[in-house]
Amino acid sequence: MWDYNKKVMDHFLNPHNVGEIPDADAVGEVGNIRCGDALKLFLKLDPKTKKIVDVKFKTFGCASAIASSSALTELVKGMTLEEAAKVTNKDIVKILGELPEEKLHCSVMGMEALQAAIANYKGEKDAVKDDDHDGVVICKCFGVTDTKIRAVAKENNLHKAEEITNYTKAGGGCGCCLDDIQQILDELWRKEAQKPSKQAPQKLTTVQKVMKVQEVIDKEIKPMLERDGGSIELVDIQGDKVIVRLCGRCASCPASGVTLKNTVQDKLREFVAPELTVEEAK
Amino acid sequence: MSSDKVIYVDNNATTQTDPEVFEAMKPFFCELYGNPSSIHTFGGQVSGHIKKARESLASLLGCEPTEIIFTSCGTESDNSAIMSALHLTPDRRKVVISKVEHPAVKNLGSELVRRGYKVEEIPVDSKGRLDIDRLKQEVNSETAVVSVMWANNETGNIYPVKEIAQIAHQHGAQFHTDAVQAVGKVPMNLSKENIDMLSLSGHKLHAPKGVGALYVKRGVRFRPYIIGGHQERSRRGGTENVASIIALGKAAELAEKNMKIENTKVKALRDKLEAELTSIVPKTRVNGDIDSRLPNTSNISFEFIEGEAILLLMNQLGICASSGSACTTGSLEPSHVLRAMGVPYTAAHGSIRFSLSRFNTEDEIDYIIKKLPPIIERLRQISPYWK
Repeated sequence: MWDYNKKVMDHFLNPHNVGEIPDADAVGEVGNIRCGDALKLFLKLDPKTKKIVDVKFKTFGCASAIASSSALTELVKGMTLEEAAKVTNKDIVKILGELPEEKLHCSVMGMEALQAAIANYKGEKDAVKDDDHDGVVICKCFGVTDTKIRAVAKENNLHKAEEITNYTKAGGGCGCCLDDIQQILDELWRKEAQKPSKQAPQKLTTVQKVMKVQEVIDKEIKPMLERDGGSIELVDIQGDKVIVRLCGRCASCPASGVTLKNTVQDKLREFVAPELTVEEAK
Repeated sequence: MSSDKVIYVDNNATTQTDPEVFEAMKPFFCELYGNPSSIHTFGGQVSGHIKKARESLASLLGCEPTEIIFTSCGTESDNSAIMSALHLTPDRRKVVISKVEHPAVKNLGSELVRRGYKVEEIPVDSKGRLDIDRLKQEVNSETAVVSVMWANNETGNIYPVKEIAQIAHQHGAQFHTDAVQAVGKVPMNLSKENIDMLSLSGHKLHAPKGVGALYVKRGVRFRPYIIGGHQERSRRGGTENVASIIALGKAAELAEKNMKIENTKVKALRDKLEAELTSIVPKTRVNGDIDSRLPNTSNISFEFIEGEAILLLMNQLGICASSGSACTTGSLEPSHVLRAMGVPYTAAHGSIRFSLSRFNTEDEIDYIIKKLPPIIERLRQISPYWK
């Protein structure tokens, strides 16, 4: 039995905005019955302001799919299409508090239905900016493409194939594409990691420094440590001193001092600023 | 759960321990806690009680007490039987099973493939009936063991074990059957059967979890799976789980006594539930072979909606059942049994299994018949596929 929180159960038991809008200005439909969930979203816009004045949905799926759909409708009501276009699956999860990891794909489905509806409104009816139809199909069981995998990975900072399964279902059927998914992720994050280093070195403001350090930790250092069952958190930055906490296997590893100096400090010096030093939180 | 009332129709998952069974096992915790292998009377007397339990189980199965090995569960029994056959005939590298086996056999099969064995899964038709012709083609002199369940846990389908055993024997292979769902519901007389090995589990017949048994026909070669002391005539090492074995003995005694009830009262309740639900609710289908299945099981698909949502709404009313839907397990794919039967996706995701026991009452069944149709209607109103 899934451990759904009260918010999810509320949205499932008393879903908001169920139904159809016969004269909808935009309709978005994603998923299919084979995959076990599908969502049809209807939007009605104010002719002048272009704000979403009414929204309805119909969903085939489990409790979290229905709850995600309901949360989505609450979220977008009153938004302009431009604002709605920026809604991500994270925003849906935020309204629900949390979803079980394996159910995160339900929130992604909500985001996709919204994007499909917006595309439908803009007249891109068939040339929908639907990631499902862009790129090469990687997961044949659920028809998920490499484009969608990259997009979801970037949006949610995912590094492992299993995480992609939770968000998109890809790899959750026969499982034979899991290695391919991992390869796509490794390549994606390798490229992403190269990006910051290309920028010319310059004196950073404190805020810039914090953001940069966080970014390098997330994109460059964390995935490396996670491969060995460890992890890392940024605790504080005082001047040029970066204070971190090693977690998971790293926390108990006798070589963690070496990891700190050779891996963490080197990477931060390489990508952020050469004068940085790294210390472990006491 | 928001309701205090519990209506339990998930007995193929596990059953309530019969209060009589619980009473029978109680003294073996704090009073008669001796080790049956001990030389002193305090411990030694326990072996007499185990002997009686073994006799009760033998009586239910229609076999000799010496043919029974107590184990920790159905899964251990299944693993022991299949691995024994493979060890005994190392030149035979093939195992034949059905496509609808319980994970205890199915996933062992996948593991054996990784270890270099050939495992053939025999398909079933749309009613879940085994393709016997295909089985005949696949069983050959390479085959160490054929393992096909006696009754399926999801649909209740009963398989022709006698005929399958014959085919196995024609090629010198052993035959094992996972009878976890069948024991206590299907009358058995194993002394007259040609079954070499049979697995059963206590908690499916009103004994507690953590005890099972493996039947090995006299004269059939067997190699132990758990190596240790001389317990179970050196066929299964490990100090006996005494209280649970006593419980299984008592449960077997009660099952023999109540076998008729399973096939009359329980069957009538199941038939009523199924007939009413499928007539009140449009667009349903019964999965399985209604001419040959267990008396307690009904697997119904409610089309165009999803099983987890149905179960959660039933749960709000205290009704406990299960589903072959993907979402209930997190596996993302619906039940392998329903997929093997080619049940369309529109129906597989919305399948609900009701499995009754002799503890269910007519009032409970009436309650389900009254409460479930509005739940189905409510979810269909949300579904984009329902017109």
